[in-house]
Amino acid sequence: MANHHIDIHHVAKLARLKLSDSEAATYTLQLDHILDYIAALDQHDLDAAMPTAHAEAVFDVWRHDEPRPSFTNEQSLANAPKKSQGQFQMPRVVEE
Amino acid sequence: MSLASETIASLRAKLTRKEITPVDIITDLEAAIIKQNPALHAYLSRDFDSAKRAAESADITLPLGGIPIGFKDNINVRGEPCTCGSKILAENYTATYDATVTTKLRNAGAIPFGRLNCDEFAMGSSTENSAFGPSRNPWDHARVPGGSSGGSASAVAGDIAIATLGSDTGGSIRQPAAFCGLVGLKPTYGTVSRYGLVAFASSLDQIGPMTKTVEDAAILLNHLAGKDTHDSTSLSQGSAGVSPVSDFTANLGKDIKNLRIGLPKEYFAEGIHPQIRDRVQQAVKQLESLGANIEEISLPHTGLGIATYYILAPAEASANLARFDGVRYGHRAIGTNDVLEHYFASRGEGFGPEVKRRILLGTYVLSSGYYDAYYIKAQKARTLIRDDFSAAFMKVDVILSPTSPVPPFRIGEHRDDPLAMYLADAFTVTLNLAGLPGISVPCGFIEEEGKALPVGLQLIGKPHDESTLLRTAHAYEQATEWHKQHPR
Repeated sequence: MANHHIDIHHVAKLARLKLSDSEAATYTLQLDHILDYIAALDQHDLDAAMPTAHAEAVFDVWRHDEPRPSFTNEQSLANAPKKSQGQFQMPRVVEE
Repeated sequence: MSLASETIASLRAKLTRKEITPVDIITDLEAAIIKQNPALHAYLSRDFDSAKRAAESADITLPLGGIPIGFKDNINVRGEPCTCGSKILAENYTATYDATVTTKLRNAGAIPFGRLNCDEFAMGSSTENSAFGPSRNPWDHARVPGGSSGGSASAVAGDIAIATLGSDTGGSIRQPAAFCGLVGLKPTYGTVSRYGLVAFASSLDQIGPMTKTVEDAAILLNHLAGKDTHDSTSLSQGSAGVSPVSDFTANLGKDIKNLRIGLPKEYFAEGIHPQIRDRVQQAVKQLESLGANIEEISLPHTGLGIATYYILAPAEASANLARFDGVRYGHRAIGTNDVLEHYFASRGEGFGPEVKRRILLGTYVLSSGYYDAYYIKAQKARTLIRDDFSAAFMKVDVILSPTSPVPPFRIGEHRDDPLAMYLADAFTVTLNLAGLPGISVPCGFIEEEGKALPVGLQLIGKPHDESTLLRTAHAYEQATEWHKQHPR
């Protein structure tokens, strides 16, 4: 029995992932098992360490604020599964 | 002998002596691919006609003129598919731009040729997570070629590619190189631009070469490395802390007398296949006989590597893969009524099991209430792992370990146990966490069920010291015959 338990439906909702019932059951079992393993970190004293976000510390990389060539409208839409009037088409977001 | 079994260096020599033409290379490759690819399933797609046209107009005076290079199917080449081994990009995606590495290789005269299979979004160690089915190990078709750049490895080892590109987030170049008996180099983080590589974990991903020899890896690195304005984490040669290297082949052939090589005792502990331990120990003796000084070192936080990696990499992946919304590109579910349902269904239908697992895990460790308990803790552990290496490199020039603790496993062996698969990444993920360069070179064979299976030796370098790494790997390679073996 796993010591950790993931609320799979809540997490799937956050991740915008539709899961079947059998997927939810399988992933719960597997992820609980993985979380138990990951909990190994708790056995180490990490308080004194500073967090590392990146192996190479690169800060404040700016480019010049100048116009430069970019994708055309046509290129941007080239892979759109649905498009209309030079724009991406998607389900209605705003209520009527 | 088919030109498909040759190296970049040997083909370039023949091209400049005008003994062969670039079209001859493509013709031989085509024949080899038609014969071997159905069994290996290394290539997902390739376009012989356009490769031939490129070969006809290739400029052989350029450094890579006329050399075809295969691409892992997560690096964009304009006009070609880029499926990332996923159903979500399988239907209607054609790259509208070249990745920076593609542009750089084209500028050097190379011909981008063929799309190579990989685990979906580079998540996996076997190619079994590809939506298009696994690639096969040329040494034993019942076994995996490793992953995630398994197609790139299988093609080179099977002599149906001259050299290929892979990407490495936790070992995805080095482990398949070890499993297939090749050279695989993951450069220091920031050495190669990630622009046009479909992102998995942005603070860990690096593109690198998979080749038949160390010399070929150095040749390709010459044309991959460099600062790129499209990737703010890329670094220029000669910038702070980066030694300016104009030619990574320059030190090949130089000796390794008095080079200090460290053996981390944690990487030789329990859990290693006994024959792999034996082959790596023989390689250590060989390096010693070449004049290197061997000493035992300690990397005390090695045990934190897998847990740290499997928090940070899925966390970054869950954010990166949020872009697959079924609107701008990729699979779009049919028949949904509102936008949320559209997201849920498009992503649920498009992503495969391992990708879903990692998105869920990553979302969980970043979610409210768990962020400090998992994500911040892992970032702290990452510091300790990096500090271990920094301390060790005060004493030694290069660190040596097995690339993988296990030999290539049978297809299906770990199907229902993702954690078992993750644990086999123990020796490779630490380099990505610390940003260090690593190379896997062949160091012998072990026998399993009557088949000879390759073993890989991993050499780890100081940040931006690929030159020493390549010199060491080359000295070892030239003193052995392993790289001359071909699967039957």
